[in-house]
Amino acid sequence: MIGKYFPAFIVCLWAVFALFGSFMGLSPDAIDLSKILHGPDMHSLLGYDDLGRPILDRLIMGAQTSFIVALWVTLISLCIGTFIGAASAYFGGWLDLFVVRIIDVFLAVPGILLAIAFAGIMGPGIENVVIALSIVGWVGFARLARAQVMALKHRDHVQAAVSLGTSSLVIIRRHLLPLISAPLIVEATFSIAGVVIAEAGLSFLGLGVQPPAASWGSMIRDGTAYMLVAPHMVISPGVAMILIVLSVNLLGDRLRDVLDVRGRKR
Amino acid sequence: MLNYLASRLISAIFVIFGVTCLVFLLIHMVPGDPVELMLGESARPADREALRHSLGLDQPVLTQLGQYLSGLMTLDLGTSIHYRLPISELLAQRIPATAQLALVSIVVAIVIAFPLGAIAAVRKGTAWDHTAMGFSMLGVSIPNFWMGPLLILVFSLWLGWFPVSGKEGFLSLVLPAITLGTAMAAILARMVRSTLLEVLNEDYIRTARAKGLSEAQVIRRHGLRNALLPVITLIGLQLGTLLGGAVITETVFSWPGVGQLTIEAIQRRDYPVVQACVLLISLSYVVVNVLTDIIYAVIDPRIRLGEGE
Repeated sequence: MIGKYFPAFIVCLWAVFALFGSFMGLSPDAIDLSKILHGPDMHSLLGYDDLGRPILDRLIMGAQTSFIVALWVTLISLCIGTFIGAASAYFGGWLDLFVVRIIDVFLAVPGILLAIAFAGIMGPGIENVVIALSIVGWVGFARLARAQVMALKHRDHVQAAVSLGTSSLVIIRRHLLPLISAPLIVEATFSIAGVVIAEAGLSFLGLGVQPPAASWGSMIRDGTAYMLVAPHMVISPGVAMILIVLSVNLLGDRLRDVLDVRGRKR
Repeated sequence: MLNYLASRLISAIFVIFGVTCLVFLLIHMVPGDPVELMLGESARPADREALRHSLGLDQPVLTQLGQYLSGLMTLDLGTSIHYRLPISELLAQRIPATAQLALVSIVVAIVIAFPLGAIAAVRKGTAWDHTAMGFSMLGVSIPNFWMGPLLILVFSLWLGWFPVSGKEGFLSLVLPAITLGTAMAAILARMVRSTLLEVLNEDYIRTARAKGLSEAQVIRRHGLRNALLPVITLIGLQLGTLLGGAVITETVFSWPGVGQLTIEAIQRRDYPVVQACVLLISLSYVVVNVLTDIIYAVIDPRIRLGEGE
């Protein structure tokens, strides 16, 4: 029973901390020099970092960073990818050939590598992280939407709409999108998990949000220098991230079963 | 057969061309002036002009693309701004380390994934299955930039078994390879499980059992062998993720490969090197996948007769 609701609970906790963290009276940037690298105590359950800042407070601010980035990147990728994929499949012809080639090219470059390169060249900052990850993220949605629309566009109700003279845009929006939304929602769930790791990865490399803003990735990077004396600096952001990613993935699996979507890769 | 090879090669060439253009665009899509980004705002105008000229940025974009492509034909990837060396030379120094790391990581992934997936499939629905798939789920969810430091903490700092970082002999390869191989192992294990489950329903498995082979022999000789093909395809497809992950893993372990060079180049704003690294990693991924496709078409007539997908 507990196991069943645990992932949903963790994800809700993440959302609550992300949305209301700013109103919790936290002091993620408060430096207390006497507490540098201190372990957990009554005032901060997770200890302090190398500048004497409370790790729990920073962890919650990090939840905000990862939540915002994950949400935006997934939303942008979902919209752009679905639009391109659906239009490509629906109109077919040269447009489709072109889009398929573009998708192939993007699939040939490892996603995280492309995101690292874009984020590195555009410079750090949360907006650039969102842009870099969206440039990489739309491809998966486009491929999925294209495959789905391909399979559906010859159905009778679509043909009927065409013969009634309904405009293509309306057909895609009213008659195709509702049918392909289930697999897209499942894909979006897995995308959230992927983006959480990718954002932290960029921040770990110093390409994400800039100090003093907190990200789980930059917290891990800062902690690696003090691992021997203060392992809690590395452990807590990592555990938080794994809990989120694991929970989101488990929810995605369950959603797939509920919505009866076949495996992502056949 | 020839048709299949030709169509595969043509699409690969197109992808390679596309990747080259994409990578070329990297430096041109930057908002603002790349030269200013590289040199900083305080640079002298003369220096800027010199760099702009040496990068060819003072010419029309299409001319630049043409020059870049024709340079690639002769393996001329340009010159590193930081090292002032030909980039091809820099890459040649770094490629062996990354290749070594990738290969050993794949071995690690296979060694973990096959037993895990096989146990899960054979004991489907039992605690074994749930535990194995639980591990697999965990493996996918643990980022390598967290696992790496943790392995260093336990096995290098506390136990002192392996070097903390750098590349000195085989021992220094162990932790990076485990870090990089685990995520792939997790994905492979799921694939081994699902393909093995499919294979075990086939008629020839029933025949093998009927002729009195022990269960272990059935699984090993008839089950795993037939499950091998899709799994190897997946290894090829996962190579991209592996090489992308290598960029971060190499940074964690100061492993002197192409990935570390990429990050160093980004930090030094040495954009021609960034371009070259992304291009190299992507191309190796494309080439490996074309090769696996071709080898399969040769081995397995079902693929070439089915005219691909």
